[in-house]
Amino acid sequence: MSYIAIIITFVFINNFILTQFLGLCPFIGVSKNIESAVGMGFAVTFVMAIASVVTWLVYYYILIPLGLTYLQTITFILVIASLVQLVEMIVQRISPPLYKALGIFLPLITTNCAVLGIALINVTSSYNLLESFIAGISAGLGFLLAIVLMANIRERLELEQVPKPFKGVPIAFISGGLMALAFMAFDKALLTNLLG
Amino acid sequence: MWKELTKGIFKENPIFIIVLGLCPALGVSTQVVNALGMGAGVIFVLVSSNIFVSLLKDFIPNKVRIPAYIVIIASFVTIVEMVMHAYAPSLFKSLGVFVPLIVVNCLILGRAEAFANKNTVWSSILDAIGMGIGFTLSLILIALIREVFGSGTITLFAMGDFDGVIRIPVLYAAPMRVLSLSAGALLVMGYLKAFFNWYASRGRA
Repeated sequence: MSYIAIIITFVFINNFILTQFLGLCPFIGVSKNIESAVGMGFAVTFVMAIASVVTWLVYYYILIPLGLTYLQTITFILVIASLVQLVEMIVQRISPPLYKALGIFLPLITTNCAVLGIALINVTSSYNLLESFIAGISAGLGFLLAIVLMANIRERLELEQVPKPFKGVPIAFISGGLMALAFMAFDKALLTNLLG
Repeated sequence: MWKELTKGIFKENPIFIIVLGLCPALGVSTQVVNALGMGAGVIFVLVSSNIFVSLLKDFIPNKVRIPAYIVIIASFVTIVEMVMHAYAPSLFKSLGVFVPLIVVNCLILGRAEAFANKNTVWSSILDAIGMGIGFTLSLILIALIREVFGSGTITLFAMGDFDGVIRIPVLYAAPMRVLSLSAGALLVMGYLKAFFNWYASRGRA
């Protein structure tokens, strides 16, 4: 698959939130205002890009030579957890303003299924190192796109009269569903039309 | 004692009331059989990890408890993965990436941190069984709505002559396809959550 095809696939066609349901918890939990949605989106993109590369290296240079591929789930989650911790420490040291913006979101990311999801998908689709990295970034950008759109919708919904039982989470789900319907316009045909 | 078991099924239903563990709930609820498989996997992991966490709670240093819980959970998920791969390969294939993703199901880590960490082994087991059943029932409910209306079938296990698929006369010919697609999952979840909100607030109003 060409790199552009990977980008389009992960940002639009197989958008992690709207078609794969990976990363729904932060999608519903952190989308109440635009600022925190942007912060969460960038933090996730950042971690997903790094995690894709590191888990790829761990899988192909440690697990396969040792014949331990059945331990991939447990290894990946440990790698991701320590990676998130490391990223948090490094960002705190190097760039305090960035830490201030992303800091509170980083610990939440360990249990974000999107990160473990992209690591597993990279391995099952047998991407090479560069493809995994691009898939990681694009899946993160897809997440960012969906969560920012969602935050915009929810900020407007605050001003609307929503029936009481639908307030908060239910209306968020329904808006998400309508968004997913719109995203269905992006399908495999888009790839063939664009790239021939 | 009885309360620990039943609270997960309705009053503190993990999906509709506490809203935990959503990704698998929506991702695998296209067919009833997937919901059953996922539910069984989650119940096993939840019960085993709750037992181990409550047994080890005095030995795990407080600072590293979350990574320790994750290791315990990941080990049991690996067991589920291997058993499912060996004995139910078609189920394993249709659940796909969601089997290893049980590791990051917030429900399991949430119960370890909020309950097993502070309670005895027995009440942790009951809590896990209750929560697991609540999770499974919610999954089945979502899957039933999506499958019956979205494709007009109910898929169960194949046994003998029965191919495992119940076809519903009118709906099978003209199903509402959108419900079996990803957008339908979010819509169904939204309406169900609204229903539970309405039900919960009914007494108070």
